[in-house]
Amino acid sequence: MNWKTFYALLARDGHVARRNLMPMLLQNLLQPLLFTFVFGRIMTTSGLMPERYKSLLLPGVMAISMVMAGVQGVAMPLIAEFQFTREIEDRLLAPIGTAWLAVAKIVTGMVQATIAGLVVIPAAWLLMGSGLKLNFGQPLQFAVVCLLVALFSAAGGLALGCSVGQTQIGLMFSLVLAPMMMFGCAYYPWSSLSAFPILQVAVLANPLVYASEGLRGALAPQFPHIDPLLVIAALVAIDGLLLFAGLKKFQSKAVS
Amino acid sequence: MGIGIRIEELCKVYDTPPPSAARGAGFSFSPVKSAKSGPKKKFEIVALDSVSFEIRAGEIFGLLGPNGAGKSTTIGILTTRTRPTSGRAFIGEHDIWREQVTAKRLLGVVPQRPNLDFALTAREILVFHGAYFGQSSREREQHADELLDKFKLTDRANHMVRTFSGGMMQRLSIARAMMHNPEILFLDEPSAGLDPQTRLLLWELIRDYNRLGKTIVLTTHYMDEADTLCERLAIIDHGRIIAQGSPKELKSSIPGGYLLRLRFDRAPDELVGALRQLPGVTEVRTTDHVAVDVYASAGGPLIGPIVSSANALGSELHDVHIAEPSLETLFLHHTGRSLRD
Repeated sequence: MNWKTFYALLARDGHVARRNLMPMLLQNLLQPLLFTFVFGRIMTTSGLMPERYKSLLLPGVMAISMVMAGVQGVAMPLIAEFQFTREIEDRLLAPIGTAWLAVAKIVTGMVQATIAGLVVIPAAWLLMGSGLKLNFGQPLQFAVVCLLVALFSAAGGLALGCSVGQTQIGLMFSLVLAPMMMFGCAYYPWSSLSAFPILQVAVLANPLVYASEGLRGALAPQFPHIDPLLVIAALVAIDGLLLFAGLKKFQSKAVS
Repeated sequence: MGIGIRIEELCKVYDTPPPSAARGAGFSFSPVKSAKSGPKKKFEIVALDSVSFEIRAGEIFGLLGPNGAGKSTTIGILTTRTRPTSGRAFIGEHDIWREQVTAKRLLGVVPQRPNLDFALTAREILVFHGAYFGQSSREREQHADELLDKFKLTDRANHMVRTFSGGMMQRLSIARAMMHNPEILFLDEPSAGLDPQTRLLLWELIRDYNRLGKTIVLTTHYMDEADTLCERLAIIDHGRIIAQGSPKELKSSIPGGYLLRLRFDRAPDELVGALRQLPGVTEVRTTDHVAVDVYASAGGPLIGPIVSSANALGSELHDVHIAEPSLETLFLHHTGRSLRD
C-alpha cells in the first residue's frame, strides 16, 4: 500500500471540495433547510403542526442532508470525471491499485457527508426557533450512526456515480433520489406507517429509512423509532453491500 | 539506461463498445459475430489479433496505422488501462498487467484527447501529479515551475484549464506526463489537431526527452511524422502488425520504390502484360481493369512508354499519380488501400 499516493489523492479531492465549499453547501443544504423552515417554523407557528414536530423532523432532515452530500460529493464528480473527457485517467495512472482511488473518493465523501449533517443541527436550531428538544445523552450511539450513515452516503454515491451516465442525471434525481427521500421516513417516523402495512414493509428496502430512524433514535428518542441495534445492523449490511457493488462497478469502469 | 518493452501475442476482444475517448475513433472496427453462441447476439470487436513486437530501450518507436487499426488499444494495454484478452506485455522485466503499480511508475502517458483535471489550475495539475508519484513538495513545486516555463505556460499557470486552447491543453498534457520523469513516454497521436508550427515544437520536445535516454512510443497516422521522428516503426492494420523495421528498411522493402497509380478507360490483360514488360517495372496490379498500380524503380520517365503501350492497344490513359518511395506507398502495398481510407 502506497500511503503517499493515497494521501495525495485525498489531498486533491479535499482541495477541490474546499474550492467548491459554498456552492456545495448551498446545493446540499438549501432544500432541507427550506423544508425545515416551512414545516418546522411556519407550519408549527401557525398551529397546523404541533410544536413537537420540530424535534421529530430534524433528524430526518439531517439524514437527507448527509445522503445528498454523498451524491453531490462522490456521484456527481465521478460522473463528470468518467464522461467523454476521462478526467480521472491521470489518477488511474497514479502508482497505486485503482481500487484505492475509489476508497479515497469514499473517504472524502464521508467527510463531506459528516460536515453536511452536523451543519444542519445549528442551522435548524436557528430556523426553527424555540421548542426544539434534542437529546445528546448517547454520544457513542450518535457517533456510530453518523459514521455508518456517512459511509452509506459515500458508498452509495460511488455505486450511483459508476452506474449513471452524464445524460441520466435528471433521471437519477427523479427516479432514485426523490422517492428515496419521500419514503425515507425523514418527515415521519416509521411506526406512523402502520396504517399502510404494505408500504411499511416495502420502505424497509430504502436505506434512508435506517438513516432517519437511527438519527431519530439517537437525537430524539422521545419519538417512536426502530431499535437502534437493528438500525446499526441494517446500516452495516447496506454499507457492505454498497461498498462491494460500488468498488466492483468502479473497477469495471476504470479498465476497459 | 532506458527501458524497453516486449509484447507477446497480445489479443484484445471488446465485448462492450470501448470507451471512445481512450480508444480512438474506431471507424474501421469490424464487429465479428460469434458463430455458435446460441440465440443471444454477442457484441464482439477484435481490436488486436495476436500482436507481437519489441520496443528497444532508448528508441523512438512509432505505431503507424489508420483509425481503428488497434493503435490506441495497444497503448491502452501497455499503460495498464486496458485488460488484454490474452497474451502478455512487459516493461523491462515487469509484466504490465500483473505488476501494475511498478509499471505505472515507469511510464508517462499523453492521451489522444487531453484528459486534464478540469477542477484544477495548470500548476495544480502538475503539482498534484508529482504528489501522486510521491515527490516532496519542494521537488514538485520546482519541477512544475521548470516544466511550465519550458512549455511556455508560466503566464497561465494559475488559470483553470477549462479556459485553455487545444494547443495549450496538449502542451500541458505532455508536461504532466513528464512530471514524474518516466522512463517510457507514450504519446497517442500527439500531433492530431495541432498547427504546423506547434507540431515542430512538439517534435523537438519529444527528441529532447529522448536524448535523456528515455524510450518514446508514439502512435500516428501521419507518414511524415513517423518518417522524421521514429527510429523504428510497426505498421498496424485491423489489429495485426503488417510490417516493422526502420523507416528506411520499410521503404526499401517496397518493390521498385516508386508507385504509379494509373487510370485508363479500360485496361485489358494485354495492356497489363505490356506494362509488366516495361523497363524498371517490378509489379503491376489491377482489380477492376480500369485502375492499375505499377511499382517501378522510376516515376516520370515511365510515363512516355506507358502512354505508347496504351495507344498501341487502343486504351486511353485518363489519370496518373506518381508516389515517391514513402510509408504511404508501403501501406498501400501491404493493405491495398490508402492510410486515410
